[in-house]
Amino acid sequence: MKSGFTKGLIHGIPIALGYLSVSFGFGITAVRAGLSIAAAVGISASNLTSAGQAAGVEIIAAGGTLIEMALTQLIINLRYSLMGLSLSQKLDDSFSVPHRMIASFGITDEIFAVASAQPGKIKPWYMYGLILISFIGWTLGTLLGAAAGQALPPMFTSAMGILLYGMFIAIIIPPSRKSRSVFGAVVIAAAISLLFKYVLTGVSVGFAIIFSASAAAAVMALIAPVSDEEEDA
Amino acid sequence: MSIVIYIAVMAGVTYLIRMLPLTLFRKKINNRFLRSFLKYIPYTVLSAMTFPAIFYSTGNVITAAAGTAAALVTAFFGLPLIAVALAAAGAALIMGFFI
Repeated sequence: MKSGFTKGLIHGIPIALGYLSVSFGFGITAVRAGLSIAAAVGISASNLTSAGQAAGVEIIAAGGTLIEMALTQLIINLRYSLMGLSLSQKLDDSFSVPHRMIASFGITDEIFAVASAQPGKIKPWYMYGLILISFIGWTLGTLLGAAAGQALPPMFTSAMGILLYGMFIAIIIPPSRKSRSVFGAVVIAAAISLLFKYVLTGVSVGFAIIFSASAAAAVMALIAPVSDEEEDA
Repeated sequence: MSIVIYIAVMAGVTYLIRMLPLTLFRKKINNRFLRSFLKYIPYTVLSAMTFPAIFYSTGNVITAAAGTAAALVTAFFGLPLIAVALAAAGAALIMGFFI
């Protein structure tokens, strides 16, 4: 039990370091959008996700509705459901329902990737180690970014505002190179999103993201459906 | 509206999305369209979130464009997430000195 926890902690170090710097950018972004340091840290500690938090801050800043907030989080974070489905096949028998309910809080893109790559079944304490160190990195980085946002020169904090988006680009570009259909999905989503920003300006940020993402994914699902052999989404 | 309520809704929805499938479901999704849709969703969400918002992320379109270009190039060559993110911020910062 204990060695599994330590192993998880060690495997999570690269994730934590990456999170530390990216969430630093989130902290700055959140404070620039008018949120308090406590609110920024509270969001990171309770959500532990990048894209959903970035969209959430935009909605809060724009004074959006709670329905819009809930739907936006649903669509943006829907991928975690798939990861949860996939991960559920890999859990050790010691993963009781309470363990599942606790560990599911920590499903992120990176934690899922590391956990899935483990040979054999996953034990609860391994997951807790992996999640804990990643959680510390994400929350601490947000605190530092939110606090530094007021102390650092504006030129520096302005440039840091792009960190989170840089990470998003790092996630979407490599698979776009490998798969023409993923590239198509990315281009269509960006095109619809631009349309909402500059032409159909009456639509709120959250709904624009929901619609752009859903429409592009639906179009590509019709044009290029996954083959039955493809296991992972 | 209170920020606490916003955060509670965010966190509640996000947790349920993660918790329900891991706790309740064990079977594979069979509907091909749904599986395909779910395969593309992560990429379309990130793309829609990034464009055009990235161009406004630094408060100056020119520095943001420099950062975006740096991110695209480093991501194209498959550099790790953190390297791409830092390259974007570095390029935006450097461009800031010239304008």
